[in-house]
Amino acid sequence: MTSAGWIRTAVVVAFVGVVELLCRTGLIPNTVLIPPSEMARELVSILEGGEMTGDIAATFRNAVLATVIAVAIGFAVGIVIQAMPALRRSVEPLLASYYSVPTFIFYPVFIVLFGVGDRAIIAIAVLLAVVAMITATLNGIDRIPPVLKKTARIYRMSRVRTALLVELPAAAPYLFTGVKLSVAYAFIGVIASEFILSGSGLGYEIAYAYNNFENRKMYALMLLVLLSVALINSVLDVIDNRLQSRLRR
Amino acid sequence: MTVDPSMTQISAPAPADVHVSLRKVVRTFVLPSGLPLHALGPIDLDIGRGEFFAVVGPSGCGKSTLIDVLSGLSPPTGGDVLFEGKPVHGVPDGVGVVFQEDASFPWLNVRDNVAFGLRRAGVDGAEVKRRVDYAVGFVGLNDFSAAYPAQLSGGMRQRVCIARTLVLQPRLILLDEPFGALDQQTRLLMGDELLRLWRETSATVLLITHALDEAAMLSDCIGVMSSRPGRFIDFVRTGWARDRDNRVVSTPHFGEITARLWDKLRTESMKIMGVQSPSSPGPR
Repeated sequence: MTSAGWIRTAVVVAFVGVVELLCRTGLIPNTVLIPPSEMARELVSILEGGEMTGDIAATFRNAVLATVIAVAIGFAVGIVIQAMPALRRSVEPLLASYYSVPTFIFYPVFIVLFGVGDRAIIAIAVLLAVVAMITATLNGIDRIPPVLKKTARIYRMSRVRTALLVELPAAAPYLFTGVKLSVAYAFIGVIASEFILSGSGLGYEIAYAYNNFENRKMYALMLLVLLSVALINSVLDVIDNRLQSRLRR
Repeated sequence: MTVDPSMTQISAPAPADVHVSLRKVVRTFVLPSGLPLHALGPIDLDIGRGEFFAVVGPSGCGKSTLIDVLSGLSPPTGGDVLFEGKPVHGVPDGVGVVFQEDASFPWLNVRDNVAFGLRRAGVDGAEVKRRVDYAVGFVGLNDFSAAYPAQLSGGMRQRVCIARTLVLQPRLILLDEPFGALDQQTRLLMGDELLRLWRETSATVLLITHALDEAAMLSDCIGVMSSRPGRFIDFVRTGWARDRDNRVVSTPHFGEITARLWDKLRTESMKIMGVQSPSSPGPR
């Protein structure tokens, strides 16, 4: 590990240690925050008990579905916009300001459209994630060096082969940035939607525990979300670093 | 030898076995402002089969446009391009191009970059391996065959592109300032390697370069281009033996050739500087 990596780890460990100490000494009352070690212990017992397995599976399934849909739609829309310069010029400012809109305000619309349940949750998550993928696709296509397309023509490659064997791999590092963002947005979208329009999932269970004064359970589930997201992100980072390291500088 | 100033177009002495021909080739572009830009021509040129032909000219004279037109990447606005007697529409089979910019595929290692064209052409695995081994060794990248372009210097990447073109055994090789990113020593050595390859394959080579010594050392014939619109203002036959190498640079004849090239180019280069200089009076 690099020295920056060690320091980063030390910061996290120190932070957890300080919180643990503050909770144990009673400076932070247990009604506000429970010690991290207690969260971990409770999480283990929840996982062993299996009472949350269905919720965990529901959240992950919805997040994965939302990511796949957002990436597919975002990629396709990106290609279409890129192919029409006039459309692109008019749409690009809208895409750039898209994330200033709090997408969740539209949740009643989705309830009307899809009812309360998975479909509305996935729709909100897709809406949140898709624009990141569109933007990444536009950027990726822009970054394909023209000389590589010329090379494909010298090899007398067909349009489809050029797209699959030259343009797609050339744009891949930029497209993957879009995938990474889509995963993050999909998780935010799914868990946040579960608070308001679901009867299952991690978001719902956290809200339920909160409403029932089940502090230990609530914090254990929060810890679960944090750990899951950290794990997913580090896997994506490994792939991302591999792709980025191949880029010319 | 001096050129008759009344002649607007000079033709090279026609070789016995013509491989590539340009007939009254003109290329114009439409600028974003809507105005036409006359980039090239009219050009009449015959390059003989197996000839090593170099093109020198001031920057911006349309040398790269010439490569685009010759390779079929971009059709001429007027005139005809003939390769092996047939008009060129689109990139013909048997033409290889090494571009000025680094065109290596960053997601493929050196071996896979070199093998790319062979695999597209459906060459079988054992033959791909044999030819890639040879081509990678030829450009001196044996120790880097598993390396990715990002791990290589600019000169090494250009050698990947050279190997990738050579491995397909093109009958016409177009080189657009391929040694531009290389240091002087490597240039000389790569020049010798290029000559060795040219002798072995009997391919026709067209080399675009801004280095007069490179043109004088490598070529059978050198075409000197004018400033834009690019046309040929002189052709110089070097008369070197086919098994020449970089030692020709120390002969008096080499000095005569470069002196003549420079004499032609100086006027053209000064025209460009005069046009581009903001202090010069504009045309009336």
